[in-house]
Amino acid sequence: MRRVVITGLGLVTPLGCGVEPTWRRLVAGESGASRVEKFEVSDLACKIACQIPRGDGTEGTFNPDQWMEPKEQRKVDEFIIFAMAAATQALTDAGWHPKTHEDQTATGVLIGSGIGGIEGIYEASTILNEKGPRRISPFFIPGRLINLASGYVSIEHGLKGPNHSVVTACSTGAHAIGDAARLVALGDADVMVAGGTESPINRLALAGFASCRALSTRFNDEPTRASRPYDRDRDGFVMGEGAGVVVLEEYEHAKARGAKIYAEVVGYGLSGDAFHITSPSEDGDGAYRCMQAALKRAGISPSDIDYINAHGTSTPLGDEIELRAVERLVGNAAATLAMSSTKSSVGHLLGAAGAVEAIFSVLAMRDGIVPPTLNLDHPSVETPIDLSPREAKRRDIDVVLSNSFGFGGTNASLVFRRAA
Amino acid sequence: MSDIAERVKKIVIEHLGVESEKVTENANFIDDLGADSLDTVELVMAFEEEFNVEIPDDAAETIVTVGDAIKFLEKNAA
Repeated sequence: MRRVVITGLGLVTPLGCGVEPTWRRLVAGESGASRVEKFEVSDLACKIACQIPRGDGTEGTFNPDQWMEPKEQRKVDEFIIFAMAAATQALTDAGWHPKTHEDQTATGVLIGSGIGGIEGIYEASTILNEKGPRRISPFFIPGRLINLASGYVSIEHGLKGPNHSVVTACSTGAHAIGDAARLVALGDADVMVAGGTESPINRLALAGFASCRALSTRFNDEPTRASRPYDRDRDGFVMGEGAGVVVLEEYEHAKARGAKIYAEVVGYGLSGDAFHITSPSEDGDGAYRCMQAALKRAGISPSDIDYINAHGTSTPLGDEIELRAVERLVGNAAATLAMSSTKSSVGHLLGAAGAVEAIFSVLAMRDGIVPPTLNLDHPSVETPIDLSPREAKRRDIDVVLSNSFGFGGTNASLVFRRAA
Repeated sequence: MSDIAERVKKIVIEHLGVESEKVTENANFIDDLGADSLDTVELVMAFEEEFNVEIPDDAAETIVTVGDAIKFLEKNAA
């Protein structure tokens, strides 16, 4: 199979719009969590979220007008606008702007989302009830469909290769990058724009996830302390919004045009729990097999991993199950392994999480920095693994593994290696 | 210009994101103002909402310019 490398990165996160603004604040140990002000939260169990800083586009703020015409924005849910922003950044970063028929047909898009346009569906259903079917916009359907993120990006940038999407809950972003890398490896495309996007911060989604008992509810008055993976006081995740998109490229293609190469995608593993719709299997078997499959694909042993970007959502059950699965995987190498959950800072971006965290993993390798697990004041269990509490630390990193696990028992692990 | 014409033009400018000078009575939504088939459906819905009038599909098909819309609404809007 052909080798696949990462040549472009794009981010819109609760820490900012853009890769460098986000990364700077992540490494500095800042939290993106705050009280939700844009809609009524008094009757919701969870009143906080990690929200994108909106503004005029300066100082790392997100200004949608820079990424999509206002007339188009009106037709879509925000997950599509976030995807446009992250994809445009990634393509610019990669310096890849295909103009010839050959280059355009060799470049595809695979951007997924966990739940897509849930806010627009909610609003349209209200209109349907109050005003009837003749008031449903012709843009209602195309502006909510998950694969329209890929569709809009392809139209904007003239990308005529494979146009695809992934929907695997919180594993979406990782599956999108892994599947897209395979399309490049197998020769269906030379370049793929891949990642995940999510805009879940609305009353309906907050009510729904709270009802699943998945969200933190005890820190409404101290939002920045709510996301605390592995800490004994954790009580659920904090919802985040945003998008992460990478440009994946066949190695020789990237080399031939002198592209900057961030990392090589060397491993991708997938598994299913076959256990429960929202809970991970108690023995961590799905997570373990998934990581193992990724290592096998990469042709490396567990002791080669320097850093793991954990799924670590800050839910009472999931964190320890993942931790035990990692301990089982790496054995004696646990003592030299660094692992952190960046969800402690940006929250849980659901379908975007895997892609955003893949980018954090690549940046950790680029800069030799392990981003911290915030609020890890009192670990709930002992472990020989360094969970990187509270502060970022320097460390040479050549191989990283990034985990994502989703509702339905769907697991994905990605392994990246420093480009030789 | 009539009040109806003003309101029609305002809706067209808002929905199609075009400059006001382009929105003449002769301007064709698709050929001159860059609308696609979905935009025209939405425009008709916006006229219905603004003027509290029902525009049946066969009538909607005859509304292809700004002037068509104004004429229809001057005749049918309450």
